[in-house]
Amino acid sequence: MSVAENKVAAGRGSARAVAILSSLGRFLVIAVTTYLGLLAVTFFIGRVIPIDPVLAVLGDRAPIAVVERTRREMGLDLPWIEQFYIYVKSALSGDFGTSVLTTNPVMSDIRRVFPATIELATLGTIIGAVIGVPLGVLAAVRRGSFIDQIARIIGLVGYSVPIFWLGLLGLVLFYAKLQWVAFPARLDVVYEYTFTPITGFYLLDAAMQGQWDVFYDAYRHIILPASLLGYFALAYIGRMTRSFMLNEMAQEYIVAARAKGLSEMRIIWGHALRNAAVPMVTVIALSYASLLEGSVLTETVFSWPGIGLYITNSLQNADMNAVLGGTIVIGSVFIAINLLSDLLYRLLDPRTKAG
Amino acid sequence: MSVETIQSRREWLLSDRPASRMQARLGRSYVAWRRFTANRLAFVGLLIILALVVVAALAGVLAPYSATVGDLKNARLLAPSAAHWFGTDDLGRDIYSRIVYGSRWTLYVVILVAIIAAPIGLLVGTVAGYAGGWTDAILMRVTDIFLAFPKLVLALAFVAALGPGIENAVLAIAITSWPPYARISRAETLTVRNSDYIKAVQLMGASPFRIVLRHIMPLCISSLIIRVTLDMAGIILTAAGLGFLGLGAQPPLPEWGTMIASGRRFILDQWWVAGAPGFAILIVSLGFNLLGDGLRDALDPRSGDQ
Repeated sequence: MSVAENKVAAGRGSARAVAILSSLGRFLVIAVTTYLGLLAVTFFIGRVIPIDPVLAVLGDRAPIAVVERTRREMGLDLPWIEQFYIYVKSALSGDFGTSVLTTNPVMSDIRRVFPATIELATLGTIIGAVIGVPLGVLAAVRRGSFIDQIARIIGLVGYSVPIFWLGLLGLVLFYAKLQWVAFPARLDVVYEYTFTPITGFYLLDAAMQGQWDVFYDAYRHIILPASLLGYFALAYIGRMTRSFMLNEMAQEYIVAARAKGLSEMRIIWGHALRNAAVPMVTVIALSYASLLEGSVLTETVFSWPGIGLYITNSLQNADMNAVLGGTIVIGSVFIAINLLSDLLYRLLDPRTKAG
Repeated sequence: MSVETIQSRREWLLSDRPASRMQARLGRSYVAWRRFTANRLAFVGLLIILALVVVAALAGVLAPYSATVGDLKNARLLAPSAAHWFGTDDLGRDIYSRIVYGSRWTLYVVILVAIIAAPIGLLVGTVAGYAGGWTDAILMRVTDIFLAFPKLVLALAFVAALGPGIENAVLAIAITSWPPYARISRAETLTVRNSDYIKAVQLMGASPFRIVLRHIMPLCISSLIIRVTLDMAGIILTAAGLGFLGLGAQPPLPEWGTMIASGRRFILDQWWVAGAPGFAILIVSLGFNLLGDGLRDALDPRSGDQ
C-alpha cells in the first residue's frame, strides 16, 4: 500500500472515529437531559402538587413547632433549585426515602420485587418475538393471504383490547374452567417456605438448584401472565416485522438473488430477514420496555409480586415515596432501553453511519 | 335524479381544472371519501364510532334501567337474560344500561384529552418549527424528554398526586400524550416554512404570530387529526386502566374500566359483570383503530402500503 493510500485510509478511519465520538456525545447529552427531565417531573409531582408536603407527612393536628422543624428537616425552606439539586443527588444514589407502608427504604423494597417483573417481562418478550417474527415474515411474504389476514386481526385486537380484561378472561378460562394454570401468585404456598431463591428469577433458581417440582410450579404460575404480555409484544413485533420485510422484499438485491437462482427460503430467511435484523432488534427492545410498563396492570390482575403491584399497592395507601420511587425506576429502565436501542441502531446499521 | 346528472356531477367533482376553489376542495374531499369508503374495514370503524355517539346521545332512551340505582333485593348478580341483556352486577344494577350510560364517559374522556393535548402539541410544534434556532432546540428537547417517558406509569404518578377522579385522569393522560402531536406539527411546519406563500405573507408584513396561527397551523390539521384518531384507542385503554386501578372515574359512575374493576371480585362465578364492559372497550377502541388506519390511507396515500 502506498503512503498516499495509507493517509487516505487513516483519514477515513479518523473521520469515522469522530463520527462515532460525536454520536456518543449526542447520546450522552440526550441521556442526561432525559433523565434530569424524568427527575424534574417526579420532583414536581412529589413536591409541588401536594399543597404542603409537611401536612401530608404529619397530618393537620401537629403543633406549629413540630411543623417548622419538619419543614427544615425535609429541606423545604431551601430555594427550589437547591431542593432539586439535593433531590437529584439522593435519587442518583438510589435513595428514594422510606416507604410508609412497609417501613423499609423504597430502594430495598424495589430491589426485592424487581426480579419478578424482569422475569415476567423477559418471558413475555421471548414469547412475543419467537411467534411474532415468523408471523410477520410470513405475512409479508404471502401478502394478502390467509395468514396475512390472521396477523392483521391479531395485531388489531392487540392494539384495541384492555390488557387487564383479557387477563381476567384468561383466568376464567385457563384457571377456573380448564385448570391448565395455577391461581394468581408466583408460587404455591407450600413452596413459599421451602424454596430459597438466589437471583430472584424463580424459574432460573429452581432449575439451578435442580428442584424441578418448584420449577414446574413456577412455570404453571408464570405462563398465563407471560403469554398475555407475549400477545401484546407479538402484536407489535409482528406488525413491524411485516412492514420491514415488505420494505426489504421490494429491494433490488432480492431480484438479484432470485436471478442467481437462490431458493426462496434462503432469500427470505437468509437475505431479507438479515437486512431487517437491526431495526427488528430495536423493535424487540422497545416492546420489552413497554412490557415493563404494562406490567403495572398485568401484575395487579395476576397478584404478581413485582414492581407494578408494588406501585399500585402503594398508590392505594397514598405512599408517595414508594410510588415515585417505582416511577423513577421503571422510567429509568424504560429510558435506558429506548436510548440504548437507538444507539445500537446507529452503531450497527451501516446505512446510518454516513448521516 | 337521472343518471346523466349524477354522471355530470361526478365529472365536475373529478375535473382536472377546477374553476373555483370550492370545486377543487369538494373534488378533493370526494376523492378522499371514495378512497375511504373503498376500505370496508375503515367504514366499519366509522360506523362503530357513529354508533358510540348515537348511543351516548340517546342513553336516556336506550337504557331500560337506571345506571346508578339497582334492585338490591331481587336482581343481584343475575345472569344475562331477556330482561337484563348483559345480566346485573352486585348492586342489582342492569349492566346493559350502565354500559349505555358509560359510553358518555368514554366520549367525555377522549374528547377532553383531544382538545387539551392536540392544541398544546400543535402550538409547541408550529412555534418550534417556525422559530427555529434555540427555541426549536429547547422545545424539541422537552418534547423528546416527554416522549421517552413511560406513559401509563407517569399518568399513574400524576393521578396519585392529584387525587383519583375522572377529570384528573383526563389531565394526566393529556399531559403524557401531547409530544407526538408536537413532533408531527413541527415536521409539517418545516416543509412549508420556506415556501413562497409564506415569504409573500411575510413581505406583506404579517406578524410571526399571525403567520403561525393563520398560515401554518391549518396545514398541520389533517395529519394531526389522523394521529389523534389513531391515539384515541390508546387514550381509551389508558383511561380504562386508570379506572381499573381505582384512580380514574369513581363508583358509582358507570365508567367501563371502573366497572371491570368492581366485577373483578366475581370474575370466576359471574364473569359477565366484568366481561361485558371490557367487550365494549374492545369494540370502541377497535372502531377508532380501524377509522384511524382508514383515514391515514385515504388522506395520506404515501403511507398506504404499510
